[in-house]
Amino acid sequence: MMRLNAKLGWIMLLVLGLVFPFLAGNDYHLTVMSTAYIYVLATLGLNLVTGYTGQYNLAHAGFMAVGAYTVGILTVDYQVPFWIAFVLAGPVAALLGFFIGIVSLRLKGHYFSIFTLCVGYILFLVIEKWESLTHGTVGIIGIPAPSPIGPLTFDSPRALYYLVFFFLVVGLWVMHRIVSSLLGRTFMAIRNGDDLAESLGINLMRNKLLAFMLSVFYAGLAGGLYAGFVRFLGPGIAGVEHTFDMTMYMLVGGIGTLLGPVLGGLTVPWITQTLQWLQEYRFLVFGPILVLLVIFVPHGIVGSFIAWRARKAAQPHGSGHA
Amino acid sequence: MLEVRNLGKRFGGLAAVSDVSTKIETGKVNAIIGPNGAGKTTFFNLLSGVQKPTSGQILLQGRDITGLRADQIAVLGVSRTFQTTVLFNQASVLDNLIVGHRLRTKSGLLDVLIGSSRLKREEQICRDKAHAALEFVGLEKIATRLAADISQEERKRVAFALALATDPQLVLLDEPAGGVNPEETEGLAELIRKMVANGITVCLIEHKMNMIMSLADRIMVLNYGEKIAEGTPAEIRANPAVIDAYLGSEHAGV
Amino acid sequence: MDLFFQQVLNGLTLGGVYCLVALGLTLVYGVLHVPNFAHGAFYMAGAFVSFHLMTAWGWPYWLAMLGSAACVALLAVLAERLVFHPLRHASPLHPMIAAIGVLLFLEAAAQAIWGADFQRMQSPYTGIVDLAGVTAPVQRLLIIGAAFALVVIVHLFLTRTVTGSTIVAMAQTREGAALVGINANRVAMLTFALSGVLAAVAATLYAPINLVYPAMGHLVITKAFVIIILGGMGSVPGAIAGGLIIGLAESFGAFYVSDHYKDIIAFTLLVVILSLRPQGLFPNAAR
Repeated sequence: MMRLNAKLGWIMLLVLGLVFPFLAGNDYHLTVMSTAYIYVLATLGLNLVTGYTGQYNLAHAGFMAVGAYTVGILTVDYQVPFWIAFVLAGPVAALLGFFIGIVSLRLKGHYFSIFTLCVGYILFLVIEKWESLTHGTVGIIGIPAPSPIGPLTFDSPRALYYLVFFFLVVGLWVMHRIVSSLLGRTFMAIRNGDDLAESLGINLMRNKLLAFMLSVFYAGLAGGLYAGFVRFLGPGIAGVEHTFDMTMYMLVGGIGTLLGPVLGGLTVPWITQTLQWLQEYRFLVFGPILVLLVIFVPHGIVGSFIAWRARKAAQPHGSGHA
Repeated sequence: MLEVRNLGKRFGGLAAVSDVSTKIETGKVNAIIGPNGAGKTTFFNLLSGVQKPTSGQILLQGRDITGLRADQIAVLGVSRTFQTTVLFNQASVLDNLIVGHRLRTKSGLLDVLIGSSRLKREEQICRDKAHAALEFVGLEKIATRLAADISQEERKRVAFALALATDPQLVLLDEPAGGVNPEETEGLAELIRKMVANGITVCLIEHKMNMIMSLADRIMVLNYGEKIAEGTPAEIRANPAVIDAYLGSEHAGV
Repeated sequence: MDLFFQQVLNGLTLGGVYCLVALGLTLVYGVLHVPNFAHGAFYMAGAFVSFHLMTAWGWPYWLAMLGSAACVALLAVLAERLVFHPLRHASPLHPMIAAIGVLLFLEAAAQAIWGADFQRMQSPYTGIVDLAGVTAPVQRLLIIGAAFALVVIVHLFLTRTVTGSTIVAMAQTREGAALVGINANRVAMLTFALSGVLAAVAATLYAPINLVYPAMGHLVITKAFVIIILGGMGSVPGAIAGGLIIGLAESFGAFYVSDHYKDIIAFTLLVVILSLRPQGLFPNAAR
């Protein structure tokens, strides 16, 4: 019964996503939604390593930038076809994640986060300063739009919307597979505590590294999409404030839940879009909200709901059917 | 089962455990007692691989396991509990236990992505193991309860179940009856006897003397990181060095 | 050779500022085990409050510094009471995220009040001293002198006064501190206040040779984290030594390696050191 409800909910979301272009008033709305999807995809990755595995990676936006710049540099400076460059975005980020992971994941808790904060800065500064590779602060201009695949062309906002939506759905589906499997349980055991997980025979390094690489693969993929969608890149996308944004999406929706990043990543940008005056000062409101959430609703909307439902289901008989 | 030879652990200049040699005998309840700060938990950490010894050897059924990581030692059949077990409070008790048998499975990322039959089979095995472990510790009725909502004594039993789900030969229990009332303590002692009756060797640290004296087959006493006595409960009770250590520490503690 | 001493002077200036910021950060970490990401915002707030007191209210430089120290100390105590105290039993992840929330809020607030532009703070000390061929702007000498004086004062406070030694005791063991009857709440607030004062003073000292803007705390705080990881989180001597090491490394790196990449030096140093020694440079330091 419960599973059926969940399935129904997901199908409804899917249908909503599919018909959204027909409900949206204009192309601007489509662009906002597509951008939100791209960040949701990256946030799914952050949620895997932070929400499910308990390692807070503050360089996540840096890895997204690595994916984006992979596409930008290859297509603009080396005339590599878009899709070939795009396919490389995730693996390049994951490969970099491998090397950074084997060093950083030996550190525990706060040390890992501070280390990755520094990694994020290094990525940002390298992108900003290494002009011969990244065009520095000028940025990369004129990234080609995704080239047509057979009859499918990606030259309209609507087509691009569906492209991004497609990757989000695939990303969500794969994430669902991961977190509901034994592998996901392994990650969660690590989140609960290194010592206990290790005493249960879980190889910490191998599993943390896997979670980290998967997580930055998502970031790289999202970056690749971003490059093809926005078609302009500057060092700013590597900034740590984007990691903070994603943290907020994750926390508002529910950290360590599948739906959480989706919910947070869609509602927060729409709220800021609607309240234009908020744009510049959004953290005047969201900063305190973040603090209040952490103190009073640490598991977010979805996490609290799931716990409430599970508690209800565990009750002996009767009252659970309201 | 397990043989310890001249085991030592130093932190900087301090010796937390020094030159301890002992045997944990198969099919028995082996207890470790000692005043606070005697190095008992450090000793456990060395046995289970959480910390690396600075000297000495640990042999598991004749095989040298000194310096192995905790997860490798767990795979070899040594499981442990902690003084406090951190459970994932937002999930059910059963969900918390399924991962316990993970170390006996092989499914990796590829199995997850393609949804292999091996993964399905192994997930079923893990689920069955979790159920069996819950039944063994007498908690099958709270399987669907949220971990946040269970009592202290139930938590202790869940910790046992988690250790049992790994299919261990030897279980190390760190203060299994800490923080539960006398009645519940008796129940936990009963559970430990049941584990031994099912062919699992038990080694435990405990402060509750009544429980230890009635439960243990053999007792080792640590003081300031050194072994000062070893023997049956009756022998330990009569040992002057032990009485000294406890009285001495009591005086020092005031 | 003169160029060499010039770099030493620059390195000591930077090092002095880093020491003050890292000292506050390490004390807060030692006592509360929170990596206070908002500390960079305290630093930024310190600069803006001084700037405001000087330009809008016409306060003299030193008085503005004192006023700013008091304001930021209050801000830090408020953050402790309202944000970190309620989270003292939460998982390590949550206070970290809360600290980020405070950081984002303070930056947005500064931007709302003072705008996103770069501001210049005037210092009464604009002269230049010639020390045997080394040109030394007075403000730089002032930074070095004031920073090291303050470090000595803090050190004396921590070792010679009862209140100071309770902070150190609590940094060593929280439970132990509770046993000997230390009021943990009071110490936590005091530590935060002290860290706020240090951040505000550091910012006010450094601002005249730099610029004042809402994001000014980012690089400084990240480097301060590098410093306290190198020196051992919670260790006071470690923060001081680490601050000087990073300050000198940057100054020499900027001159002899590349000015372009000078900000990366600290982070690269951390990555290299932690790759080789995951336990940090001084593993036995108080953690």
